[in-house]
Amino acid sequence: MPRGGGWRPGARWAREGLPSRADVETQIAALPTHAQPPMRELGRRSEAASHPYKVVTAGHPTPKASPLDIKTHGVSPLALIGKAGRREEVVAACEGARALGIHPGMAATHARALVSDLDFRPAEPEADAALLDRLALFAVRRWSPIAAVTPSDGLWIDLAGCAHLHGGEERFCRRLIAFCRRAGFTARVAVADTAGAAHALARFGRSELIRVEPGATAAAISPLPIVALRLAPSAISAAKRFGFETVADLLPVARGPLARRLGLPAITRLDQALGAVAEPITPREDAEVPIVERRLLEPIGTAEAIEQVMGDLLNDLAKVLQARGLGARALRLTGLRVDGTEQVVGVGTSRPTREVSHLLRLLKLRIERIDPGMGLEQFWLVAPHTEPLDAIDLGAVLAGETLVRDPARLVDVIAGRIGGYAVYRLAPVESHVPERAVTRSDPVEMPGSWPAWKRPIRLFSRPEPLARVMALMPDQPPRRFEWRGKTYKIVAGDGPERVHGEWWRRDAEIWAVRDYYRVEDEAGGRYWVFRRGDGFEDETGDLSWWMHGVFG
Amino acid sequence: MSAVLNPSAPTIAHLRTIATPATDFRIMPFGVDAIDGRLGAGGLRAGALHEATAQSATMVDDAATTLFLASIAAREAAATGGPVLWASCRADLYAPALEQIGLSAAAVIHAQPRDDAALLAVIEDAVRDGTPSAIVAEASKVSMVATRRLQLVAAEADMPVLLLRRRRGLGENPLAEPSAAWTRWRIGTAPSERLEVAGVGRARWAVECARQRGGEGFSLIVEGSDETGRLAVPAGLGHRTAETVGTVRFAAA
Repeated sequence: MPRGGGWRPGARWAREGLPSRADVETQIAALPTHAQPPMRELGRRSEAASHPYKVVTAGHPTPKASPLDIKTHGVSPLALIGKAGRREEVVAACEGARALGIHPGMAATHARALVSDLDFRPAEPEADAALLDRLALFAVRRWSPIAAVTPSDGLWIDLAGCAHLHGGEERFCRRLIAFCRRAGFTARVAVADTAGAAHALARFGRSELIRVEPGATAAAISPLPIVALRLAPSAISAAKRFGFETVADLLPVARGPLARRLGLPAITRLDQALGAVAEPITPREDAEVPIVERRLLEPIGTAEAIEQVMGDLLNDLAKVLQARGLGARALRLTGLRVDGTEQVVGVGTSRPTREVSHLLRLLKLRIERIDPGMGLEQFWLVAPHTEPLDAIDLGAVLAGETLVRDPARLVDVIAGRIGGYAVYRLAPVESHVPERAVTRSDPVEMPGSWPAWKRPIRLFSRPEPLARVMALMPDQPPRRFEWRGKTYKIVAGDGPERVHGEWWRRDAEIWAVRDYYRVEDEAGGRYWVFRRGDGFEDETGDLSWWMHGVFG
Repeated sequence: MSAVLNPSAPTIAHLRTIATPATDFRIMPFGVDAIDGRLGAGGLRAGALHEATAQSATMVDDAATTLFLASIAAREAAATGGPVLWASCRADLYAPALEQIGLSAAAVIHAQPRDDAALLAVIEDAVRDGTPSAIVAEASKVSMVATRRLQLVAAEADMPVLLLRRRRGLGENPLAEPSAAWTRWRIGTAPSERLEVAGVGRARWAVECARQRGGEGFSLIVEGSDETGRLAVPAGLGHRTAETVGTVRFAAA
């Protein structure tokens, strides 16, 4: 650098490794017109340079791309112009526009002067909000029941309890980003313990997908600038005056003095991000979900009164469902107590229905779980899960034909009493190994049937060993055996029924063989016993005898 | 005292019709004269609670009892076309065997409550619902009050409730406990007929009706259920049945 005041920021001789003028000009000529850099970048001095020490504050810091390596994707650069007070300024600029020197917060006239042929459009905040709202509604329907818009540009999705439905948090986030890319948005996703931390990391984090492990919230947000904490502008300027740059600067400071300097709302924001103060997400309500409401003149507390309200609500809901041609698969009844807390009970049905008597019976099973406290004064009944339900053709019933009775109502009643997992049908599985031939299936589905081999009515979940077995090898049923300390003398037997191991499941079953016999003892008891191994090859089994079930 | 035969005096048959109330309820005949003839109404009452327990605390007797109740349920399901609800706290029932006596997988819905109290509540709900054609339940601890409730709801819904009373221990006898069941049965296995070739023939059960309303107890040996749930009387049994009739009434509690 030459001494004597010759230094000037941006001087051409101060730059190093510049390509020659001819190179630059050929590269510029290759670019489309809108992507060509302004005159300033070409080194001409017919217009004012932006102040070298003026920090660009608006928006999050993005690395400024050189005009020569922008990928325009065939889209012309775009900037949105909105009104801030009485001044028109650039409120948003795409990557291409940023590369041309346009940045948010710049006066609109300045931007127009810099790049005259840029695509300037008026900003439409209402349309943006409407689009974001539609996205929130989509999230409520598709991803999580709790999703809400965060003002201006974000979406909160409560993943607790539903991440596994989408293949885990990581996978869900990747799908979310891919979804937004397909829809034409650039998405940044952060998953954290608190809504505040996720809000900060999504906007100021280093990468487009950040997952914070549970409990690591403080460490994750500490390097972020304090702007990330959603502070009021006055608090931000105050913090700058006191030299707080990042969240980490705020963490070790005593709360009392900090509150006096930045204001109490700033402390609340910090605590919300760290999880010390709860910040519930008010979900976007889905207007399409059928909901009915009853407000009571005075609080009720008895089971009979609650039942009456349930019946009234169901009558209202049935009308709503019928008008839309829907049937409820799930119902959620919320009662508002006098003390402001909510009592929530839910029921599910195995088929879509809007039959009031049936739904009322399911809800009545839940009355005992409602704690009325000092009384309930308001009720909502929501059908969060509905399916189309058209009118049913009753012609065959009216003609007097007997129909196969629909078990769905019975299944609902029992499932309401003991839980849905405890009601099932036993369905066949294509396997010859007895313990694998049966599986539990949906009670409303109609399963197939098994091959007609003789099978015991009680099958032991694990076979029990027999002792002192006398049997002729290789294919005779045992003559006597000891089981559970008692000796059984066999008078008749059927068999063997050979079952081979399923080699495609486990290596140990490649050669395994079981020979099953149905035997009867002197008292008429019938047993299902088997021997491991076929009696010739050693690797088919060790010739031990086992009891696997009893016939009647 | 001289017996004066008066033509206007009531005959024994006439007296019997007066003494026994008219059976205005639906019945489920076994289809076996030897059993139906000894049951008061000519078959099991459909809308009633019927109890069965194993003759001894062995697994084979328990299995025979299960099959006996399942065969009754299978015939009822075939007649009325509804599903059978099978409620049990245990999961050792093997469905392919049920299919072989007429209860196909499509005809049975299983419920597995946690304990006997929940099981009784499930039965009562199901009976009141009215969808199943029959209910088979396995329980060990059932009080007199519970059986009376079940009997009342079963009579109201006209649906058979078949209760398998499991033994809780070796010395314990479920039939010694009081119960409001319409009939109480004790089932065990009996040696089957030896075939002339090697093999196992049709199963035989020692069926004992320990108590029935409107009739005497009896016991006899029947052949196990076929693939439609029907029992049969073994050929050549005629000479042996008479001696057991009537005796068990006093043996049962």
